[in-house]
Amino acid sequence: MFKNRLLFKVLVPIAALGILAGSAGRVNADPVPGVTPTEILLGGTHPYSGPASAYGVIGKGILAYFAYVNDKGGVNGRKITYKDQDDAYNPAQTVQLVKAMAEQDHVFAFFNTLGTACNLSVRQYLNDQKIPQLFISTGATTWGTDGAKYPYTLGFNLDYQAEAIIFGKYIATHEPNAKIAILYQNDDFGQDYVAGLTKGLGAKASAIVKQASYEVTDPDVRSQMTTLQSSGADTLLIAATPKFAVQAMVARSQLSWKPTTYLSNVSSSPTMLGAATKAGGDAATAGIISDAYAMDPTNASLASTPGMKLYREILAKYGPGLDPSNSFILYGMAAAYTMVDALQKAGKDLTRDKLMDASLHLSEKNPFLWPGVELQTSPSDRFPVRAEQLIRWNNGLWDPFGPVIDARK
Amino acid sequence: MCFLQRSEASPRREAAGNRGAKDLRPSSGCAQAFFEREELHIQELAQQVVSGLATGSIFASLALALVLIYRSMDVINFAQGELAMFTTFIAWQFTEQGMPLWAAFAATMAISFAGAVALERIVIRPIERAPQLTIVIVTLGLLIIFNGLAGWIWGYELKSFPSPFPTAPIHAGNVTFSSQDLGVIGVTLAALLLIYLFFSRTKLGLAMRAAALYPAESRVLGIPQGWMLALGWGLAAVMGTLSGLMVAPIVFLDPNMMQSIVVYAFAAAVLGGIDSPVGAVVGGLVLGVTLNLLGTYVDFIGTDLRLPVAFAIIVGVLVVRPSGMFGHRRLTRV
Repeated sequence: MFKNRLLFKVLVPIAALGILAGSAGRVNADPVPGVTPTEILLGGTHPYSGPASAYGVIGKGILAYFAYVNDKGGVNGRKITYKDQDDAYNPAQTVQLVKAMAEQDHVFAFFNTLGTACNLSVRQYLNDQKIPQLFISTGATTWGTDGAKYPYTLGFNLDYQAEAIIFGKYIATHEPNAKIAILYQNDDFGQDYVAGLTKGLGAKASAIVKQASYEVTDPDVRSQMTTLQSSGADTLLIAATPKFAVQAMVARSQLSWKPTTYLSNVSSSPTMLGAATKAGGDAATAGIISDAYAMDPTNASLASTPGMKLYREILAKYGPGLDPSNSFILYGMAAAYTMVDALQKAGKDLTRDKLMDASLHLSEKNPFLWPGVELQTSPSDRFPVRAEQLIRWNNGLWDPFGPVIDARK
Repeated sequence: MCFLQRSEASPRREAAGNRGAKDLRPSSGCAQAFFEREELHIQELAQQVVSGLATGSIFASLALALVLIYRSMDVINFAQGELAMFTTFIAWQFTEQGMPLWAAFAATMAISFAGAVALERIVIRPIERAPQLTIVIVTLGLLIIFNGLAGWIWGYELKSFPSPFPTAPIHAGNVTFSSQDLGVIGVTLAALLLIYLFFSRTKLGLAMRAAALYPAESRVLGIPQGWMLALGWGLAAVMGTLSGLMVAPIVFLDPNMMQSIVVYAFAAAVLGGIDSPVGAVVGGLVLGVTLNLLGTYVDFIGTDLRLPVAFAIIVGVLVVRPSGMFGHRRLTRV
């Protein structure tokens, strides 16, 4: 009994203290999590390791841009701290990291978390907590279409459907007699392209003569390419992630099939085209059409634009060791520019709801986007980027051709 | 063309009586189009078989490595694919530094042999007498370690790997294939022949077989059993490397390169009989062609269900005929 009473005497005060401390902490806590008079704390995840770690440099591009902004005085007097963590492209890890950042670090908002599945895994949670999930690095269509259900989530990338809509529009006007074959990844990503192309073709949707899908577990896509070739199509859409896109390009050359080929943006990095050319010769890649909405650091025609100059200047000072020709870094800066823009517009008196409101009233000329591509949002339009420049692979470089096409119009 | 157009015409239009007499009486042009289309079908079939053989020989080459380990220690080495990937990266590193392709290949083979022997001595040796499950778990651990290690050293970005064969396509009749495909098939068959000769015509090969099949007796005869096992690992690693070097130019090099292949290699090895090199090769080729044909001509399988089909083959073979097509049936006296 005595022992128990002693325990009681010790435990109760400790517990009471704990409760007091807890409530005291709560009363005195900053009314807006992650915002102090001098700092804004943002959280994010990128795959710095694991299968998609090539995207890791996006985070480095973002950090370089934030460092540049901070050196120039920050946003409304506050410096941005970006806590970017490695989720290895694994949604299970994203959930852990995001929860820890939300509940222990009390970040103000999440910015540019990467990956469709990774973002889906935390969307419900963040919206329940009313924490903004902004300018995320994925092109799935759901970010734009499900705003009513998830008001705190906003995408950034040109969505996969819009990309395919633009391909479809271009084909319908310029190649009205095309017979189209589609190679697509059998998931939301690939199916978005099929849906978009059908939409963009409009009355010409019957031009799609054959579709073949692959699973990410497939070793290669040669069999599918053979099927598509046998359909007699003269136009090919490759809606694939890099590895399979490169295989498809090489298969095209090995099968001596020369359709007019449209390639999904995610696989259009010059490194990938270079890999395909190395393996399949020029026939694998010559004349392939893709699209761009962010600037291409390897494109000579853009080198003298203010955006590219700023990009190189920032990298020289804040991103030593980063390869300026890597377009992922530039993409990161483009997203960071928009984040800063939204924070600025949200004003000095920062709250999460104000940030959301500002993010949904953007109309900016982002210097890192392709000239002519404007970034716009409104409460009824949650697709920040819906326009793109078509580009053609020519002698180891992407050449822009035709005007910027807008999927909205 | 006419035939194609007709099949595309909407059924409603036909039902509305909009059928022209032209459609009912196939003109000579239509007949020609019909035959052209038939030809297209045959061409597609042949093309699918050829590309199935090429993919199948990839499965076969890795399956051969699995079989070699199995023959020497009765265990499946789950890390076989990752070891092959890792050594392929080593070869890539050599070529990046300007070493000629064949020299890089030879150096990599030597390294992989020595590395695998060392691995067996250091990691497997202490648990040699442990239950099979322990060894299996250790190989799973090696799988994860080597995958992570490769990612850490070389990154996950896709790398193109130089092919020892020319890139230009070869045309034979209506079928097109690459010299790469032909090369993979040739190299796999050559490797099979060498393995066969090694095990059946050399003393060392015989000693290895003895050490695996009759451990106690072979020890009495003075065969250093431990080293025979290490040798088995070394040979399997060389075979795996060979597979990696053939595969990398086709599926491109990254740390996860072998993961999509190793499952099919398991299926191929099981199908052919897990202890039979001939079975591994035949199993790989049969699997490659079967998957292509099922994917192309059986609608409900399509291309979505390839992996389940591979697993179904593994399960089916194990249930119906555990020794596979060419394997030896094990009899245990009770």
